[in-house]
Amino acid sequence: MEYKAFLIKYAEIGTKGKNRYVFEDMLCRRISEHVAAFGDFTIRREYGRIFLEAQSGYDYEDVITALQKVFGVSGISPVVVGESLQFDDIREMAVSYIKECYDDKPHTFKVNTRRANKAYPVKSMEMNSEIGHYLLEECDNLKVDVHNPDVLLNIEIRNKVYLYSQTIKGAGGLPVGTNGRAMLLLSGGIDSPVAGYMIAKRGVELEAVYFNAPPYTSERAKQKVIDLAKLVSRYSGKIRLHIVNFTDIQLAIYEKCPHEELTIIMRRYMMKIAEELAKRNGCQALITGESIGQVASQTMHSLACTGEVCNMPVFRPCIGMDKQEIVDISERIGTYETSIQPYEDCCTIFVAKHPVTKPVIEIIKRSETKLADVIDDLMKEAVDTVEVVKAD
Amino acid sequence: MEIYFDNAATTRVIPEVREIMLNTFDEEYGNPSSMHKKGVGAERYLRYTREVLSRQLKCAPKEIILTSGGTEANNLALIGIAQANKRAGNHIITTGIEHASVYNPVLYLKDLGFEVSFLRVDGRGKVDLEDLCKTLCKDTILVSTMAVNNEIGTVEPIEEIAKIIKDYNTDILYHVDAIQAFGKMNIYPKRIGVDAMSLSGHKLHGPKGSGALFVDERVKLRPIIYGGGQERGFRSGTENTAAIAGLGKAAEVIYGRLDENIKAMKLVKDTLIAGATRIEGVTDHSGEAPHIASLSFRGVRSEVLLHALENKGIYVSAGSACSSNHPAISGVLKAIGLDKELLESTLRFSFCEYNTVEEAEYTIKVLEELLPQLRRFTRR
Repeated sequence: MEYKAFLIKYAEIGTKGKNRYVFEDMLCRRISEHVAAFGDFTIRREYGRIFLEAQSGYDYEDVITALQKVFGVSGISPVVVGESLQFDDIREMAVSYIKECYDDKPHTFKVNTRRANKAYPVKSMEMNSEIGHYLLEECDNLKVDVHNPDVLLNIEIRNKVYLYSQTIKGAGGLPVGTNGRAMLLLSGGIDSPVAGYMIAKRGVELEAVYFNAPPYTSERAKQKVIDLAKLVSRYSGKIRLHIVNFTDIQLAIYEKCPHEELTIIMRRYMMKIAEELAKRNGCQALITGESIGQVASQTMHSLACTGEVCNMPVFRPCIGMDKQEIVDISERIGTYETSIQPYEDCCTIFVAKHPVTKPVIEIIKRSETKLADVIDDLMKEAVDTVEVVKAD
Repeated sequence: MEIYFDNAATTRVIPEVREIMLNTFDEEYGNPSSMHKKGVGAERYLRYTREVLSRQLKCAPKEIILTSGGTEANNLALIGIAQANKRAGNHIITTGIEHASVYNPVLYLKDLGFEVSFLRVDGRGKVDLEDLCKTLCKDTILVSTMAVNNEIGTVEPIEEIAKIIKDYNTDILYHVDAIQAFGKMNIYPKRIGVDAMSLSGHKLHGPKGSGALFVDERVKLRPIIYGGGQERGFRSGTENTAAIAGLGKAAEVIYGRLDENIKAMKLVKDTLIAGATRIEGVTDHSGEAPHIASLSFRGVRSEVLLHALENKGIYVSAGSACSSNHPAISGVLKAIGLDKELLESTLRFSFCEYNTVEEAEYTIKVLEELLPQLRRFTRR
């Protein structure tokens, strides 16, 4: 079966009010971007739906896969397009469509015709019953059920005839770019790409920050994070990855602060730097992959202690998830394989044997005063020398 | 400054090699099996390389099978010999310090039902000959050892090994993985009782994807790749003329100046070892091979030092680059009984004739600077 067009359905946007066009415009833009590499397509918008029509040859699987990554799309229906408006041709088209798309097991069905072209001589209701009759004659396995059919065969008559019945599930969510921008702290682990994915799904544009600690972390660890940003960008669209050289700050903490507080203090400075970069790049929030209790630095106390340094909201979409649940999502979105490559990130280099799990903010702050004479310069240096890599 | 001390991982292609390879792309691009002139022109490159190699190994041209590299040569030798000779017995002997391209085919053969014994090595990484004597038995059909260890540069006593094997039973076949030895020393397999020997092009300034297996003509061998019957049926597939030509040219050039090369590499190696071991906490476990130095740096993790050297433009390896996708602790370092603490603190510096004493001296200076800094930040 050759599909010349796709009908794109979007659920949640339909409930928006006067600003609905903003969401629809953005969705069209995102769809165009996602399919651009696979062929020449035109987009037509109508009330409550979007038609994507191929103007050139294309690979069906590639396009479906691409469309399934567009946030805001709830369903994708591949559409057969007929050039002839002759009733007999439409009838034949319907039969061959049904025969090809559905096996010969029993199915119930219903025909649903829409005439956008009101000049078309046969009325919608007549079309439904005529075509329905014909299908019943031609296909032994069909039975009519107008209330709850297995197969809802849609026929749309415009200057061409459009036929579709199947709907492939889309990614859901809202089109990226309709809900502001946020800075994702990307570590190279399993959780942070998932966190980025989940927030992008709500229409948020992503920027990302990675803390690099050469020579304690390798060029490969950095490449891995760039790869992860690219994988997330297949959903979120282009991500600018800000790579911070964190070595000097880490060494200063290591030399001057109590060992068991190392990770928590380090994370506080990471949050501060991330917030500063977020501000400079027009972001309204931070995103992390933290989950309560997963490691020492993610206990409730530790989260409170690291969150305390930021004024911006910090979104932690994995917060209530078990590791396995996060792994499941990362496998589904295709980041897992990359995440588990065994390169050390800066969090694992200087780990204390027994890090604090219930840090007290006052004590941590007191430890941080030992950095007072160097930390401002180091922070400034880190933020000013950031390297930006475009991932898309 | 850029200092490439990772020549045991791979080497830069020399201009002569590049040039002959370009010819096979631009002019003689024919299929060596084609009957017309273009085919004959391409075939000339195969003949050339086979001749260079057979001259160097002092064997017949037809005893050279051109492969896609050292890994394929090792696979063909082990699997091909074991399969073709399984009626004679089912016991295979190798060592505990082999490269993965020997070790894993051997494990595969074990799965197929062959018995496998792994020989011990001594504190310098040399195969324990007494262990070999005790392990040989009436079922043994194949022994495989390396000629030069890829991580620490031990030169294995292949002549003695061959003698012990052949004294025990002349029917037992001996395969040598000479991938790290080729281009660094002369080995004449037929004269010392080696029946099969693997080599690779990219360790001596040839292209990656080139290699060969010498197999004595009286050895029964079964192919592992089937198809159009190229390489006398032992290695089907349209010949990679570019890689093959490059391999031949590299062997010709490098062996043409072997003595000078050895001298040059040895000088760099000795300078580096002498200078580095003067630094506190640095120990040397290098073997005799002229191009490999293995040094341990107490209190510093090898990966960290590696990246710190990289920042100074010095490229080295932690363990063997071939296995560094799985940062596991080196097999040979463990086998020679290295301190547990040093296993994760050992680097390999490997040289070619283009490296200089100045580079070694600069590296020593960098090490002197870096080590105290890095030791301040070891894991507490």
